[in-house]
Amino acid sequence: MRVALFVTCINDTLHPDTGRAVITLLERLGVEVGFPEEQSCCGQPQFNTGYRHLTEPLVRRFDRAFRDYDYVVTPSGSCAAMVRDNYPRIAERATAEGRDGRELAEAAARAVPKTYELTEFLVDVLKVTDVGAYYPHTVTYHPTCHGLRMLRLGDRPRRLLEQVKGLELRELPGAEECCGFGGTFAVKNPAVSAAMGADKVRAVRETGAEAVCTVDNSCLLHIGGMLRREGAAARPVHIAEILAATEPDARKPAGTEGSPR
Amino acid sequence: MSGTYLGMPAFPAAAASSTQDTRLRANLRYATHTIRDKRARAVAELDDWARLRAAGAAVKDRTLRHLDHYLEQLEEAVTAAGGQVHWAADAAEANAIVARLVRETGEREVVKVKSMATQETGLNRALAEAGISAYETDLAELIVQLGDDLPSHILVPAIHRNRGEIRDIFRERMGRWGRPAPEGLSDAPNELAEAARLHLREKFLNAKVGISGANFMVAETGTLVVVESEGNGRMCLTLPETLISVVGIEKVVPTWQDLEIFLQLLPRSSTAERMNPYTSMWTGTADGDGPRTFHLVLLDNGRTDTLADTVGRQALRCIRCSACLNVCPVYERAGGHAYGSAYPGPIGAILTPQLRGTASELDASLPYASSLCGACYEVCPVAIDIPEVLVHLRERVVQGGKVTRRGVKTVLKPAKGHAAERAAMRAAGFAFGHPGVLRAGQRLAGRTRRLHPRRLPGPGRAWSDTRDLPPVPAESFRDWWRRTRGEERGK
Repeated sequence: MRVALFVTCINDTLHPDTGRAVITLLERLGVEVGFPEEQSCCGQPQFNTGYRHLTEPLVRRFDRAFRDYDYVVTPSGSCAAMVRDNYPRIAERATAEGRDGRELAEAAARAVPKTYELTEFLVDVLKVTDVGAYYPHTVTYHPTCHGLRMLRLGDRPRRLLEQVKGLELRELPGAEECCGFGGTFAVKNPAVSAAMGADKVRAVRETGAEAVCTVDNSCLLHIGGMLRREGAAARPVHIAEILAATEPDARKPAGTEGSPR
Repeated sequence: MSGTYLGMPAFPAAAASSTQDTRLRANLRYATHTIRDKRARAVAELDDWARLRAAGAAVKDRTLRHLDHYLEQLEEAVTAAGGQVHWAADAAEANAIVARLVRETGEREVVKVKSMATQETGLNRALAEAGISAYETDLAELIVQLGDDLPSHILVPAIHRNRGEIRDIFRERMGRWGRPAPEGLSDAPNELAEAARLHLREKFLNAKVGISGANFMVAETGTLVVVESEGNGRMCLTLPETLISVVGIEKVVPTWQDLEIFLQLLPRSSTAERMNPYTSMWTGTADGDGPRTFHLVLLDNGRTDTLADTVGRQALRCIRCSACLNVCPVYERAGGHAYGSAYPGPIGAILTPQLRGTASELDASLPYASSLCGACYEVCPVAIDIPEVLVHLRERVVQGGKVTRRGVKTVLKPAKGHAAERAAMRAAGFAFGHPGVLRAGQRLAGRTRRLHPRRLPGPGRAWSDTRDLPPVPAESFRDWWRRTRGEERGK
């Protein structure tokens, strides 16, 4: 089984710890993970803002980068959803516009079935829910719109979190509501985005949890940014970093590895 | 707030002020959450909801594909049943036809059933200019009309008002339009309803002309269907001597039997009821029963242009249930007025820029009035993929493209104000196309991390006004991988 990490451009640049956590976690589970350096961005920001034509080279690049792998695992629900929902659509639209979309359609057909969001890969492919993690903290889980409604992750992330030793899961009120990030939405409609974020942050604070976790750092960028601005105690943590944490890690003095978020 | 949606500011500006209105947000939050929870329970009762939804979408799609055929069949059936059919290409034409028909009766007053189509055309204002007073009889529309306000929700036009505000409007304004509110009116729902009942009864009993819309039109029989909760609509449909129904051409369904699907989908999606309280159906005219004269005004107003767009046309499936509004986190905070149209919320964000075009700043901003969270698509009873159409329309706004306007194929230029964004997207596209450039950019950001401002300039300011940015790490994942695992590459 040849597995590649699709780290995504946001994680690559802003959250390398999440990428390292996926490597740590998968290797601990006996999976050899490769990182094809040809990879870049899934094209989601361009696609969602209305620049679909700019995503076509990225579909081809994705296919080239991951062609030799059986599975592509990504610690991002929205990037996985971009590949699975929109790559075939990009090819279809190219054809509908009178261009030859066959090459794109073939690239999409190769990419779609092998692309997995991390928790899906763990539960559906590796068939594990107990990944041997230890995280002695109270955590609340925000299920993100792409994870919830596009990937239909269901209870997979929860099942993984429930098996983490020391972790206490707290229910998040209004969990299914969007946090208000929405990519360029946060910039184009800042007032509504901030109002949505404020409600999400209030819900997180109500749980009293030490950490809020999701399958997507882009939502955490927004939720975490508001938590920090409010000086709230709760911190944003990607689920990969929780699942990668083990008992020896917890005994290490804080701050010896990685950068603060 | 008064009178008209035209000339309203673009969505982000309108929404920015409404998010500051704490009373509005509290009213909306309470109302939308109540309806959405009830709807979820009502839908969960049916084990074949997914199949009903697919059937509803399929019937609508098939009808839209052969719309010309079904409209001609409808016209024939309506005419055979004693009605008269009028075709209106746009809002102005529809309003002129209605004004003429009313004038021909010699009347100066009409009663109205709540109708989205006449909100869309701004009929009341047009009638007023023609010297005709139109009285809204739906309770919520009455509240909106008395308050010199605009509807802000498809199903609950006065959703932005609470009971106290409604009491004040009734006390201050009812007398100007007819029977005044009773002395000492409180904000108890039964008292408010009784005040409206007494006020409206006077209108119903005097009216010689009624104006309605319709939820459905059955092509095979020429039957029109109105689905409402209060019975006020039924009074308008049965008491006057002349009935004028203004209906969008997309409301046609082929057969009577097709209604079976929609009369299950609509009430559960809109009011969370198993069965609709008042479903009125009328076919032409009948001796000794109902109006003596019946006119059907079929409204296009951008619908055939919308139909020409293979992605966007699915918006015409809409049965105006408003389930998408009630789950939309953006609607909940911005309120309906910010959308500047009779159709607010997610469906408005895709319908309005198709019906009106994207030429105005407001209409061009509507496709961006969504975080693409997908909740609207999930609840839509006819499976309109609203996020897909939003992205499609964003493409039209930033890049232009081929569209049909008034039946003529034209090529749209990109909307103004996106040049910087386009340049940034192209630059990002270049970096993503050349991972070496991406790596260099990441390294530069990492090395200059101590110099990054806490507040961003330009468009980024909108972000950093309310949120902190994460610190840029010293080393990207890419560089960490190369430093620690580089030699393993290609394995």
